[in-house]
Amino acid sequence: MARKLLLTHIDVPGINTFEVYRQKGGYVAVEKVLKTMSPEEVVEEVKKSGLRGRGGAGFPTGMKWSFLAKPEGVPRYLVCNADESEPGTFKDRYLMTHIPHALIEGMIVSSFALGAHTSYIYVRGEMMPQIRILERAIAEAKEKGFLGKNILGSGYDLEIYVQPGGGAYICGEETALLESLEGKRGNPRIKPPFPAIAGLYNCPTVVNNVESIAATVPIINLGGDEYAKIGIERSTGTKLISASGNIVKPGVYEIELGLPVEEFIYSDEYCGGIANGKRMKAVVAGGSSVPILPANLILKTAAGNSRLMTYESLADGGFQTGTMLGSGGFIVFDEDQCVVRNTWNFARFYHHESCGQCSPCREGTGWMEKVLHKIESGHGSMSDIDLLWDVQRKIEGNTICPLGDAAAWPVAAAIRHFRDEFEWHILHPEESQTRNYGLAHYADPLQPIVS
Amino acid sequence: MLSVKQHNVNVTFSPELLAKFGEVVSRYPEGKQKSGLLPILHLVQAEYGWVSADAMDKVAAYLNILPIEVYEVATFYTMFLLQPKGKYVLEICRTGPCCLVGAERIMKHLEQKLGVKEGEVTSDGLFSWRGVECLAACGFGPVLQIGPEYTFYEHLTEDKVDELIDNLKAKTE
Repeated sequence: MARKLLLTHIDVPGINTFEVYRQKGGYVAVEKVLKTMSPEEVVEEVKKSGLRGRGGAGFPTGMKWSFLAKPEGVPRYLVCNADESEPGTFKDRYLMTHIPHALIEGMIVSSFALGAHTSYIYVRGEMMPQIRILERAIAEAKEKGFLGKNILGSGYDLEIYVQPGGGAYICGEETALLESLEGKRGNPRIKPPFPAIAGLYNCPTVVNNVESIAATVPIINLGGDEYAKIGIERSTGTKLISASGNIVKPGVYEIELGLPVEEFIYSDEYCGGIANGKRMKAVVAGGSSVPILPANLILKTAAGNSRLMTYESLADGGFQTGTMLGSGGFIVFDEDQCVVRNTWNFARFYHHESCGQCSPCREGTGWMEKVLHKIESGHGSMSDIDLLWDVQRKIEGNTICPLGDAAAWPVAAAIRHFRDEFEWHILHPEESQTRNYGLAHYADPLQPIVS
Repeated sequence: MLSVKQHNVNVTFSPELLAKFGEVVSRYPEGKQKSGLLPILHLVQAEYGWVSADAMDKVAAYLNILPIEVYEVATFYTMFLLQPKGKYVLEICRTGPCCLVGAERIMKHLEQKLGVKEGEVTSDGLFSWRGVECLAACGFGPVLQIGPEYTFYEHLTEDKVDELIDNLKAKTE
């Protein structure tokens, strides 16, 4: 049984309440930091832990914290990014629903480390039930003296507020989130300045994902050095993985980083294999924005080794042949799924969610959606594949925020790894129109797919 | 292009609603009351079912900002309904992972069951439905949600959809 740090007590009845969470060792990390540690020592423990941002980018959290500007007389803010909207990713909703106090405790630890006295949890607006759950948890923590003025007699004051979004994927990008929190459209800001210098209300701000903030609790409880021993190399600790698609047991799993991908997909402890006795065709391993990989490449690295659930192993070979751990959104496709149709679906998503600020993204995402729909519906020509390739290249790297890259990468990877499936749609327009996606030749993970 | 003035109705905010506005604004530093715009628009929509131009004007006056600042926010975010919809707006996730497990089939069934196309309102004024982008519940798909509580319904089948709609109808009779 793998070690769990965040979901240890997930099955305990009432773990969503303060009382039960406390009985299971909750808020001990808050007591420890407020009574025995300085903010600098907390930052140092997080640095030692090797924790990397769990929202997708994987940037070292302790280093991000250490960039925070600390001018005299200017408030500092911690903002929790709970705007979970990446297709394939649903771990934060799960954590907030079942163990809300894990996030609240992490917010107190992190806010103390950063010297923040007002912190916000920006939750996507559609998660109204989770917003109410968090508000209740905050009220409980405040009633017990873990929030508000002079927490536990330490002299430290903190208020936490929950802010609902309005339904916009782009607000998961940290500067768009800050714009939204200021009551504006979610248009990303040009960086620099980074939020650590000029964030919320132009004040120094750290924006961290739900899982990153919750992870500070076991880091403080164990100590940074002990936490760093879990996992493998530069991928330390545990990670929540959202598993969906054509698998036997979809759901949220906590894994120790370093687990072989094959074990994650096929073992009964995790996904339980491919549903309905089908064979695996492809996997998107880190949320919809990361490149799709055919079955054999997700199981083996470009060098032929077993691919591991780590930042490094999943990115092995670079973006052209590899993928990313990203947000841990693991989408599995069985042999009956149509890659072209799925790519069109994702392209529609990114077109819909583009904020429209940058021309390459605003125009290019719509263009990709139209061309993909044309091919998928049996009206494409061979030149459309080259056109798609050309358009995605002109989006990547040419936008203020990474949404452009997120829109371009799935298209590039689909063409790179499944070009003959695009050609099949073009050469078999009648079958395409009747939606008979009869390509099963990628389905056997034991056979080489890309030479 | 949708005009926010295209559909309109006059509103008067109740003292209870204004008290909720006040609680929202208290969360932010002095002078940063505009941060309350999204939470307040949610409160307005929960109260009236949608957000009218008059309501937006009054929110602007309350927050001491320009009406255009409210319009540009309300039109940017997909959750705010700028015209009247059915009493129950069924929003079904149509993004990749849900489609892998049958969301499109459920959308087709919803259209047949309700007898209206996406975005339209049933003749009894009870239901509207629309496809929405990823609802972050991919492992439990297909899923749909119903505001203003945004109650979730997971692992949808045609039978579950029928039962849900029949229950909502019975509730309003």
